[in-house]
Amino acid sequence: MGALLEGLRKAFSSFIEKLGSKELSSKELQPVLEELKLSLVRNDVAYTVAEEICSEIAEKLSGVKVGRFEDVRPLVKKTLRQVLLETLKTSYEKGFLETVKAKVSKGEPAVILFVGVNGSGKTLTIAKVGRMLLRNGFTVCIACSDTFRAGAIEQVEILAKRLGVRAIKQTYGSDAAAVAYDAVQYARAHGINVVLIDTAGRMQTRRNLMEEMRKIARVTNPDLVVFVGDSLTGNDAVNQAEEFMKYVGIDFVILTKMDADAKGGAAISISKLIGRPVAYIGTGQDLEDLEPFDPERFVDKIVV
Amino acid sequence: MSLEGLGKSLRSTLAKVFKASRVDKELVKGLVNDLVRALLQADVQVDLVIDLAKRVEDRALNEKPPPGVTRREHIVKVVYDEVVKLLGGENVSSPVPKLGKMNVYMLVGLQGSGKTTTACKLASFYQRRGFRTGLICADVYRPGAYQQLKQLGDKAGVPVYGEPDGKDPVKIVLDGLELFRRSKRDLVIIDTAGRHKDEESLMKEVKELYEVIKPDEVILTVDATIGQQAYSQAKAFHEAVGVGSIIVTKMDGSARGGGALSAVAATGAPVKFIGVGEKLDDLEVFNPRRFVARLLGFGDIEGLLEKFKRAELKVSEKEARSVLMGRFTLKDLYKQMESLRKLGPLKSIISHLPGFSYGLSDELLEEAEDKMDRWKAIIESMTEEERVNPKVLNASRVRRIARGAGVSERDVKELIKYYERTVKLLKAMRGRRSLLRAGRRTGFKVPKVDIG
Repeated sequence: MGALLEGLRKAFSSFIEKLGSKELSSKELQPVLEELKLSLVRNDVAYTVAEEICSEIAEKLSGVKVGRFEDVRPLVKKTLRQVLLETLKTSYEKGFLETVKAKVSKGEPAVILFVGVNGSGKTLTIAKVGRMLLRNGFTVCIACSDTFRAGAIEQVEILAKRLGVRAIKQTYGSDAAAVAYDAVQYARAHGINVVLIDTAGRMQTRRNLMEEMRKIARVTNPDLVVFVGDSLTGNDAVNQAEEFMKYVGIDFVILTKMDADAKGGAAISISKLIGRPVAYIGTGQDLEDLEPFDPERFVDKIVV
Repeated sequence: MSLEGLGKSLRSTLAKVFKASRVDKELVKGLVNDLVRALLQADVQVDLVIDLAKRVEDRALNEKPPPGVTRREHIVKVVYDEVVKLLGGENVSSPVPKLGKMNVYMLVGLQGSGKTTTACKLASFYQRRGFRTGLICADVYRPGAYQQLKQLGDKAGVPVYGEPDGKDPVKIVLDGLELFRRSKRDLVIIDTAGRHKDEESLMKEVKELYEVIKPDEVILTVDATIGQQAYSQAKAFHEAVGVGSIIVTKMDGSARGGGALSAVAATGAPVKFIGVGEKLDDLEVFNPRRFVARLLGFGDIEGLLEKFKRAELKVSEKEARSVLMGRFTLKDLYKQMESLRKLGPLKSIISHLPGFSYGLSDELLEEAEDKMDRWKAIIESMTEEERVNPKVLNASRVRRIARGAGVSERDVKELIKYYERTVKLLKAMRGRRSLLRAGRRTGFKVPKVDIG
């Protein structure tokens, strides 16, 4: 992950450098912040989020008294870290695995619903999460609730076979909520720990599809809703995250395609907007390519 | 931030520009700032935006607007022009497969950008236009890729070649091409993999396929939601295989698709289609105007541009002056009526005219429109001599003209009377330049007060 955060790191270090020898008056800050904003945008932080971050930094820095020959760099760095960590370390009552564990210990299957726009990588991500859960000693099944997209059911089946888990399916065009419900019933009957529900990708602007997703959530009452976002997304991340949040509520975010030259800005945008943590990032095509997202490490890498 | 909120500030700045009594540096600067904001929010690459902003500022401050166009209107046009330039110009045509041979299009793009759906939409698009199309699945990585293409192909009635368990994309493609050659297909579209171990090996495979296929066109799919990386991604594909055209997918969402501009800049290839939904016919031929309007969050740019087009028909300042000097012929009258009619319904034009906003009834205006159309026909039926020098018109000529134009002789006489009154009025007006200016703004010249 180090190399791909190069851009953000450069953005911040040049910001710190530029302020290093200056007094922190708002007149001095303005042009440097303007530059920082553009650098953030260059690294795929959504424009409005970049603006917000810059104004937070400005607020924290302006009026700070520094001695004439004192180096302000450490102070600037600290402020930056603070703003970014506040953004990324949004709290959720329990971690991802803890939530699953808690539910399973009650003798009930944990239900995890995966949502996102078309092509964000939901199905592969589900397989990766499945692999991770299996490694943690849970039993898993997958619901093929994407009954719309051509080839979606086959894709889940092939991946489930690779994992050695059961895929619950009906035919294309059948009711997605019904398939999800079946899967939960199946898990109950067979003592399966976790149900992973794959849903059809949908543009957040399609009202009826968003309503359908809401119905799946109502029928299955998931323990966790995971928003799968493409890390290459630009400003639309804002709109996507907000709309999905509005319709089904999001507990965790998984960012995919972090290996595809992504700059990591989407992590900042999404966390800032919906106040939910990024739990994992997808870093490749293999089922093993899922890494826990660590805000401290992320910030360490970009603010050096 | 709501969808409506985006671009709203640009719209309100443009509105400000329209209302401003004069265009100064500050106004232009404000507009440029909002333009930058809107484009960055639309995911256009930062460097492209900065360059564009510089050009817009320079042209807005230094260029002289064409006659009949106010500086305010001109600035909006400059903004539009510069953005369209980034898209490679206003004229686009969808690629037409050549007849008498099997055309091969190769689709490339990132994982999840919508290649497979787009491949089918394209095949279906051309099939509906009479081409015999075929599809080949060269994606051997993504589970279910073949099934997806096959199911979509079946729905569209397009044959699909692929090997669900195949491992060698080159062999699959060669076999598929051979099969389609034998069944005499006009157009074969090849869907390739968008994922791989890493980017390097993906590009290597795409390149290998390219060399074997030697496609007539490489088409890059660009996801409308992609951010700043659109440029580098498009560039990587272009360097590997030479991108010939671009299809922007997922334009039915809320993303503005600014990544498409970055991809055009990186490849020099034009955008030819946009994907606007999940159904097979949700593919539209690219329309730069509509795209730019969406990009800028500015819905009514189309109307404005229409006005510009029509403005080109407006009389030049020289002509206007010659009218004022009293050399006003029926040809001038004809031209006036023509440009007036092209501006739209009289009702709306009149409402824009300074000093003419008093209540003219709709019927009256409609009658005036009818009359204008009749008069145009009359002038069309005249000889050149009669138009330049209406004094030669006598009873026999009037009869001939009326017959030619399909109107009564009374109509012809009425036109002549109107013309004579106009000339008189013009002579009386000489030197009153302020009136001339008022008229020029809308292409509506003063004498037409008399209509109806």
